[in-house]
Amino acid sequence: MKLFEMTALELSRLLQKKEVSAVEVTQSFIERAGEVEPLVQAYITRTPETALAEAEAVDEKRKRGEALHPLAGVPLAVKDNICSCGVRTTCASRFLEQYIPPEDATVVQKARAAGMPLLGKTNLDEFAMGSSTESSAFFPTRNPWNLSRVPGGSSGGSAAAVSSGSAPLALGSDTGGSVRQPAAFCGVVGLRPTYGRVSRAGLIALASSLDQAGPFALTAADAALFLQLIAGQDRADFTTSDEAVPSYLAALPKGVQGLRVGLLVENVPDHFDAEIITAIQEAAKNLADNGAVVEEVSLPHTGASLEAYHLICAAEASSNLGRFDGVIFGRSAAGENINEMYSRSRGEGLGPEVKRRLLLGTYILCESRYEAYYMQAMRVRTLIRRDYESAFKRFDLLLGAVTPTTAFKLGEKLDDPLAMYHADICILHGPLAGVPAISVPYGFDSGGLPIGVQLTAAPFREEILFRAAHFLEQSRGPEPLRPQLSPSGS
Amino acid sequence: MKYEAVIGLEIHVELQTRSKIFCGCSTAFGAEPNTNCCPGCLGLPGTLPVLNRRAVEYAVRAALALNCRVQGKSVFARKNYFYPDLPKAYQISQNEQPLAWGGYLEVDFPTGSRRVNLQRVHLEEEAGKLIHAGDSIMSAAYSLVDYNRAGVPLLEIVTAPELHSGREARLFLEELRTLLLYTGVSDVKMEEGSLRCDANISLRPAGSAGLGIRTEVKNLNSFRAVEQALNYEAERQAAILADGGELFTATCHWDDNRKATVVMRKKEEAADYRYFPDPDLPPLILERSYIEAMREQLPELPRERRQRLRESFNLSDDEAAMLTATRELADFFEAAAESYRDYRNLVNWVQGDLVYRLRESGKRADEISPAMLVELLELLDAGEINRPVAKELLAEMVKSGVSPRKLVQQRGLGKISDQESLLPLVEQVIAENPDAVENYRKGKEKALAFLVGKVMAMTRGRADPQELNRLFREKL
Repeated sequence: MKLFEMTALELSRLLQKKEVSAVEVTQSFIERAGEVEPLVQAYITRTPETALAEAEAVDEKRKRGEALHPLAGVPLAVKDNICSCGVRTTCASRFLEQYIPPEDATVVQKARAAGMPLLGKTNLDEFAMGSSTESSAFFPTRNPWNLSRVPGGSSGGSAAAVSSGSAPLALGSDTGGSVRQPAAFCGVVGLRPTYGRVSRAGLIALASSLDQAGPFALTAADAALFLQLIAGQDRADFTTSDEAVPSYLAALPKGVQGLRVGLLVENVPDHFDAEIITAIQEAAKNLADNGAVVEEVSLPHTGASLEAYHLICAAEASSNLGRFDGVIFGRSAAGENINEMYSRSRGEGLGPEVKRRLLLGTYILCESRYEAYYMQAMRVRTLIRRDYESAFKRFDLLLGAVTPTTAFKLGEKLDDPLAMYHADICILHGPLAGVPAISVPYGFDSGGLPIGVQLTAAPFREEILFRAAHFLEQSRGPEPLRPQLSPSGS
Repeated sequence: MKYEAVIGLEIHVELQTRSKIFCGCSTAFGAEPNTNCCPGCLGLPGTLPVLNRRAVEYAVRAALALNCRVQGKSVFARKNYFYPDLPKAYQISQNEQPLAWGGYLEVDFPTGSRRVNLQRVHLEEEAGKLIHAGDSIMSAAYSLVDYNRAGVPLLEIVTAPELHSGREARLFLEELRTLLLYTGVSDVKMEEGSLRCDANISLRPAGSAGLGIRTEVKNLNSFRAVEQALNYEAERQAAILADGGELFTATCHWDDNRKATVVMRKKEEAADYRYFPDPDLPPLILERSYIEAMREQLPELPRERRQRLRESFNLSDDEAAMLTATRELADFFEAAAESYRDYRNLVNWVQGDLVYRLRESGKRADEISPAMLVELLELLDAGEINRPVAKELLAEMVKSGVSPRKLVQQRGLGKISDQESLLPLVEQVIAENPDAVENYRKGKEKALAFLVGKVMAMTRGRADPQELNRLFREKL
């Protein structure tokens, strides 16, 4: 087996036993990227020199016998809306095409401090607004399982990098499903942590009350190992929680015996792909056969989650993205006066999906609309949170779909934003409630595209997600799923 | 018809925390432009606000001193608008749920003492500072911006419309300034912009209730400007009404050179700032116990202190006001009065020479030792130095911080009254001034004063004039 085909945990063991060096591991992923990137285009910026220098430093430390983090020498890809000091961070926007942050995001700083070489910055929908990575201002990323399909979004680049073997682990961000949906489309594990579990400092905000950074990995164990590193309270982010971070890996072998699992009835409506519904039912049966108690559960207010999510997200985004005005940083266009400078800088620097959402957000925050839209959406949000709270009185875990379909074709939904929004129906209410959720690969459709199932737990109970996800993986077979990448695609 | 002005003030006070409200940058005034900035206060992508607890503490202290109802829960909100002095294109402020509601300030007006009610007090962040190469941002060839100020904590205080003249507005602000100085939360300097004030003013028929059409007056950069601008604006509005004209809601700019208000723009409708709760900052929760602890830590406030000093030291109103102008000066006076019993003399020295020398040296009263002033007065009372020397020593003491006794020793400034030292000087002066000697002998007493003055000059004021009188009379 080649190094780039291994899981992070396997690499970590080899590195700790000094059977391979961090440079060898990193080199393997750099070479793999060289082969597959022309097809997949997961990265906006690749940083092989930086990665190798960081890997060398890890090897030096190991040679000197210094204590190292288990992930030292395991390289990482980072979504390009997460700041990396000295490496341009574009948000896949023309506006930030040349922007080089002066500081690392807290999550990047933690990864670097642990000795994880930075392989590069991955593609996304512009400012994370989208579900297909097609709204990237630079180029679309392709699904490694089928190059005519989208990898999902907005963290499509990170999902495709892990899936195609050009990174063993990747960071994404999930505002309304942007980790879980591309994970499902690309056949990898994607975790959205509890809101407040992982620092948002340095994650360029889309919607501050919804954004969470989260890991992409080949296995639940890898995701657990990586979350262990990045979780925890951060002085730089007032919304992080002081809740203790448990040992996630230790929870993995506990199995599902006795777990109370709620099967979401709203999450599997009739228009969903039959194969996805079958996969969920099989997962439910698998859990039940192995000691879990599975019952149906309803989250009655999640029917309004699409509207509530988009109103809140757009409102916050319209404020968060105000700073992209051409005054202090980023793209700045000349104008006859200040207003012209603003409108040209923003007009030229921001793409159509971003403008659509900023206009919506600006509109609904106006004094005369605020009550009818923003406040109403916040009330719906409260009701959805209560739905979850009462569900978690009865259940440890909720099981449902990630997406109504497997990965769709490039361009298929590009002209129909509402269809694109509707495809996120299963992944928007979790963020509104702040709960953690994971997307786990669970089989394929008849076209050979991966299917993901979604597990959701109560706030700060990520270890239950890892337990159940690990169980589903093990019952499916011990090897992670890997696509056969070939230029012919489709 | 006779009109009454109705004035409400919106006051902004920079809190003198060492670092900014949402980042660790220094708040020092006068640094090179754009040197006290970081990714946070420049609003670079990915940065988040980290609330400075000290700013909250200062705001709570000020609100309590102003008798406000400090709220157990208040909410930071974003005020969204585009302007180059605002790095994030929103200001973190408070809107629907401010830090404190209500409150009042008791002010001594010429018509008597009165409570002026406050509407609210809230916490927010400062914007940067813009300098236009031209009249305004729209017409300027270019504009310069300094973000050193961006993120300095700011307290906004809104009064009820309960002031009725420029004079009253000024007296209110002066009382507010003194109060805030006492609480130690701000240096409250209008000239440096750490105290700023906008005013709303309207007229109504004297004795009636209700409010007329109002104008908002901006660019009030001194207490004097507040008084003059509001008096001017009241007269301007009255003149229009007297002519049968119609007023409109407007924003005016006070032109301090021309001493006139200039209408900037008619207010068609209020700006829409699209306020919403800032999702980066959880609601600010203040425990009752915290608020009560803050209340207990409040120092004695100026009004009470003025009253107490007036009674204990039998002072006039003006003297009491002068001595309590700052907490430091009042502390100084009281500390000195503990060990120096001649209060009258102490009051005269403190409000005269000491205040003058403090202002001259730019020092605060707490930088000077009260014991040193007492020492100086005791040297004077004991006749070891004379009055001109005492004044000189006070200046030196304020400047250098060296004790008066030490200065006397160092410089040989003690009074010269021994015959051995003075006699040679007396003889020299008699020899050098035959005309004056002649005049004295002819019976002109004034000539003696001239001769004594000569010796005083030679000894730079240190000679004992009584002893000199005696010696001259003896010699002549």
